[in-house]
Amino acid sequence: MKSGVTKKEPISSRRRFFLDMARAVGLATLGGLTWSAYVDEVSASKLTLRPPGALKEEDFLATCIKCGMCVEACPFDTLMLAKPGENKPLGTPYFIPREIPCYMCPDIPCVPVCPTGALDIKSLKSEKKELDINEADMGLAVVDAENCIAFWGIQCDACYRACPILGEAITIEYSKNERTGKHAFMKPIVHANACTGCGLCERACVTEKAAIFVLPREVALGKAGDYYIKGWDKNDEKRLENTNSEHLKQKKDSKSVLDSLNSGMEGLY
Amino acid sequence: MKTLIYKHRYLILRRFTQVLVMALYIIANVYGINILMGNLSSSMFLGLIPLSDPYAVLQMFSAGAILTFDIIIGALIIMTFYAIVGGRVFCSWVCPVNMITDLANYLRRTFGFNQIQKKQPASRNIRYWVIGLSLIISFVLGITAFEFISPISMMHRGIIFGLGLGWAAMLVIFLFDLFVLKNGWCGHICPLGGFYSLVGRFSLIRVKHDADKCTACMECKEVCPEMQVLHMVTKESIPVLSGECTNCARCIEVCDDDALIFSIRNKNNGEKNEIN
Ligand code: SF4
Ligand code: SF4
Ligand code: SF4
Ligand code: SF4
Ligand code: SF4
Repeated sequence: MKSGVTKKEPISSRRRFFLDMARAVGLATLGGLTWSAYVDEVSASKLTLRPPGALKEEDFLATCIKCGMCVEACPFDTLMLAKPGENKPLGTPYFIPREIPCYMCPDIPCVPVCPTGALDIKSLKSEKKELDINEADMGLAVVDAENCIAFWGIQCDACYRACPILGEAITIEYSKNERTGKHAFMKPIVHANACTGCGLCERACVTEKAAIFVLPREVALGKAGDYYIKGWDKNDEKRLENTNSEHLKQKKDSKSVLDSLNSGMEGLY
Repeated sequence: MKTLIYKHRYLILRRFTQVLVMALYIIANVYGINILMGNLSSSMFLGLIPLSDPYAVLQMFSAGAILTFDIIIGALIIMTFYAIVGGRVFCSWVCPVNMITDLANYLRRTFGFNQIQKKQPASRNIRYWVIGLSLIISFVLGITAFEFISPISMMHRGIIFGLGLGWAAMLVIFLFDLFVLKNGWCGHICPLGGFYSLVGRFSLIRVKHDADKCTACMECKEVCPEMQVLHMVTKESIPVLSGECTNCARCIEVCDDDALIFSIRNKNNGEKNEIN
């Protein structure tokens, strides 16, 4: 019996090897891309508050081994390891101040137990080389002036009194209520240089949803850039000397700019 | 009764160590009895000896983290231990996922899924690709890539610190192993299993096969989660030398003819027969 189909040439083992290899590489690339995209997504959460002494977020993510020893060491159960579904980098420690803030333990038990150095004990040493929780930098409290009732003129200083470094991290600013003429505003003002981001103020805030809340510093702080100079700081003169004023001058005279526009138009007709 | 226990002696011991390890972590977290603090990623034994997952540390290294002394020592201790007793002893005696995949496998056997789907459609070498990928992704993104998706750590942390939606990941592994691929997760994909396969390649504790006693009933291959390592059964009297063997000893238990036993690897038993 003769069949019309010619028998397929058997694939040589060499060719098969290359084919299999190419397929494996292709699949691996596909898998790798999906995997990276996913991991990139879950680790991109910018609003996660870390324990005291945590490294910069990107170094922290590379270093923390997710062992939970900081969590176990915290006597207040402040810290938690992110679980699936919490939209935080999986397994890393964080805290939610409105639930349980960091109580700023003087001996900072959560930090020395960290085996990886993701919580960096050096960053918490004062100039005298002693452990000092006031050096912590978990975040920065921000006041929502719209909803803070003190800005309405109602007397409330719950956050101020809750702050472990009151008078430095939060101060009360007195100002006259021009509308009534006989009342005063007592507004809470947070100072970024002293606030540790512990969240005790957020926890204490009396409004339904806290009108003062902690955000990671990179999120909470703006950046003015070098263009602006306060003018009354001691070192401002020096900064002026160093600025490179080139970019203030126009490189081309305005005539040539106009010409270039006009000549460009000509080509269109 | 006695024979039933005897027939499952290693299984019982394995479940015991798996639960014991977990219990030690839990009492450290809940009651502050610090025999074993932390979790499988990194822990402190008796408040003194650091232990850490060498594969996680490898990822930290490729992610560019600065490794502390503690974490390196911890990883070396664990590596040395498993290099001696057989890398995948971790899998069958410690890893919590093992209980899920064993259950799926048990159900597969009871319902006869294995008869229906004889040929497994995936290669067991995928796990080594996953290791490579995890290190590349760790390097590129600067984070410990597998640790961010690892169902092993997820489940283990979950039991100690609360599971969240982690149960879904457990369920996926269970269903995958039950319906899609026999020994799918542990035998084909898990890079930690792959990593420990490499670590345990030259380990001392080995299952040894005695072809003279073997009656070719194939019970051992039926239960083995890595049955390719039992290629010598019925043919040769040599030890199982592949690092992929999990040293779970199920084969030893089910063999009614005592053709399989634990042995200590020595120079003259079959180094030459070593395959992968
Ligand atoms: S400083 Fe104290 S309260 Fe704050 S996270 Fe550390 S252990 Fe917990
Ligand atoms: S102790 Fe360190 S490594 Fe462990 S979870 Fe906390 S930050 Fe991460
Ligand atoms: S977070 Fe609030 S309570 Fe804590 S230091 Fe800053 S201002 Fe004070
Ligand atoms: S506790 Fe809340 S409402 Fe009261 S002053 Fe502070 S931020 Fe405003
Ligand atoms: S293969 Fe992976 S999941 Fe399975 S037992 Fe081993 S480490 Fe655990």
